[in-house]
Amino acid sequence: MATVSAPVEEHATAAVRHAARIEHVSKSFPGPAGQQLVLDDISLDVAPGEFVTLLGASGCGKSTLLNLVAGLDRPSAGSIATDGRPALMFQEHALFPWLTAGQNIELALKLRGVAKPQRRPEAERLLELVRLRDAHRKRVHELSGGMRQRVALARALAQDSRLLLMDEPFAALDAITRDVLHDELTRIWRETGLSVLFVTHNVREAVRLAQRVVLLSSRPGRIARQWTVGIPQPRRLEDTAVAELSAEITEELRGEIRRHGQH
Amino acid sequence: MASTDTPVDAPGKDGSDLAGLEAGLDALDSVEVGRTPLRETLLRKVLPPVTAVALVLVVWQLLVWAKVAPDYKLPSPAAVWDEVEASWLQGTLLDYIWTSVSRGLLGFLLALAIGTPLGLLVARIGFVRAAIGPILSGLQSLPSVAWVPPAVIWLGLNDSMMYAVILLGAVPSIANGLVAGIDQIPPLFLRAGRTLGATGLQGARHIVMPAALPGYLAGLKQGWAFSWRSLMAAEIIASSPDLGVGLGQLLENGRNNASMSQVFLAIFLILLVGIAIDLLIFSPLERRVLRGRGLLVKN
Repeated sequence: MATVSAPVEEHATAAVRHAARIEHVSKSFPGPAGQQLVLDDISLDVAPGEFVTLLGASGCGKSTLLNLVAGLDRPSAGSIATDGRPALMFQEHALFPWLTAGQNIELALKLRGVAKPQRRPEAERLLELVRLRDAHRKRVHELSGGMRQRVALARALAQDSRLLLMDEPFAALDAITRDVLHDELTRIWRETGLSVLFVTHNVREAVRLAQRVVLLSSRPGRIARQWTVGIPQPRRLEDTAVAELSAEITEELRGEIRRHGQH
Repeated sequence: MASTDTPVDAPGKDGSDLAGLEAGLDALDSVEVGRTPLRETLLRKVLPPVTAVALVLVVWQLLVWAKVAPDYKLPSPAAVWDEVEASWLQGTLLDYIWTSVSRGLLGFLLALAIGTPLGLLVARIGFVRAAIGPILSGLQSLPSVAWVPPAVIWLGLNDSMMYAVILLGAVPSIANGLVAGIDQIPPLFLRAGRTLGATGLQGARHIVMPAALPGYLAGLKQGWAFSWRSLMAAEIIASSPDLGVGLGQLLENGRNNASMSQVFLAIFLILLVGIAIDLLIFSPLERRVLRGRGLLVKN
């Protein structure tokens, strides 16, 4: 088996530039019983070109963490540094329905400051990258769920960020489409050399995609354990190595969840 | 079992496999939306209102024949038609209409120019919303005819008084429509906009305004209805030779001349203009916006 599934330690060499550097980040929200701690002392680095999945049950604050990295919210303590403004993809496609697929991408390019004559060809190139060459003039409602998420991916790529944040982007898709999009994302990640921080509650998805899986505990969210995934790509969900590592991580995740029923 | 340990397929083969798979999925998931044929449109959209109008005319004529009311109270359809013909031959019919419509449209455009930024401010700035939001909604329930007496006293019997009444009627509708439209924007669009770097004015232009467009259009539609109603009220109450004869004055003149057919003519024209503007401007605009967003569900 080509699997390496040992907990890893932080690789915090000063020389490495990080796509994202999360240092001792905590976040609390005002709740019914005073301040409620959602994230507790999270430290995590994402190396350039690295694919990291954040895995956790509900209430682990994984989406909160992603929002913090995206700059949509501020941490209560600690610091977050990213290499430029990260791109963010949501569970819902979040495409603007008043624009065509192509115009959605062109708007992202415009907001990035790309000059008008270059926007159209660049949008075409990005659509080509997600294999939707003919979708430029299509309205959002004319596209299937999987096509929408691919346009959303193209729009995120249009931001030309070094870091792509993904918040359960395939959770609402059917299993067949999701499987195809896993392949697609892996291909695009390898072609572009992007760093990806991918949030999911799906263990197999995490193992299928990532070089490193970070397990968060719930309430408050803490980093419980990490695994580097050495299984060569392309991986399949049904690969034995994927299944074995998934089983190990699931066991750990269940342990984390069980702790909450005990008090 | 062994497949996990075997080396990766050649990238080219794998790539084209994936592309083919994806193309298949896309084809299976796509829906073709066709256009309705013209015959069906005529049958379903034109026939019902024509039937309704014909029915009203028939009932009207029957009432006239049954002599339920004397001539000076209920003119026959033919008498009203004669009135149309007469003023058409005099060349005054279009003048009446144009006097009112040009006033109404100019007033509406002014209301648009004021109501839009006002709505944006109320929707986006908490202090402004708390300060004037309730007043703005309250103003909508105040009949704009109530503004005619003060407007006459403040501004005199002239066009600016008409425009003042239109603005007071239409601006709250337009602003409130925009506020409602903005409040209904899914928060996801705003977050997506912010991650793309659309903040401040850029955010308003590229995200907030287009996202709020359906609600805004509903506000515009209501704003136009309020403009038109306020204008008619102003024209009926405040008549002066300097103002020229609009449809409101035509109605008032008909009353003064005890010519019920002229009163009917004026009422029909007022109604007709209202329907025409809605049918020619607002409905197509609304349909286009909703269809573009896939919100127009065909049954």
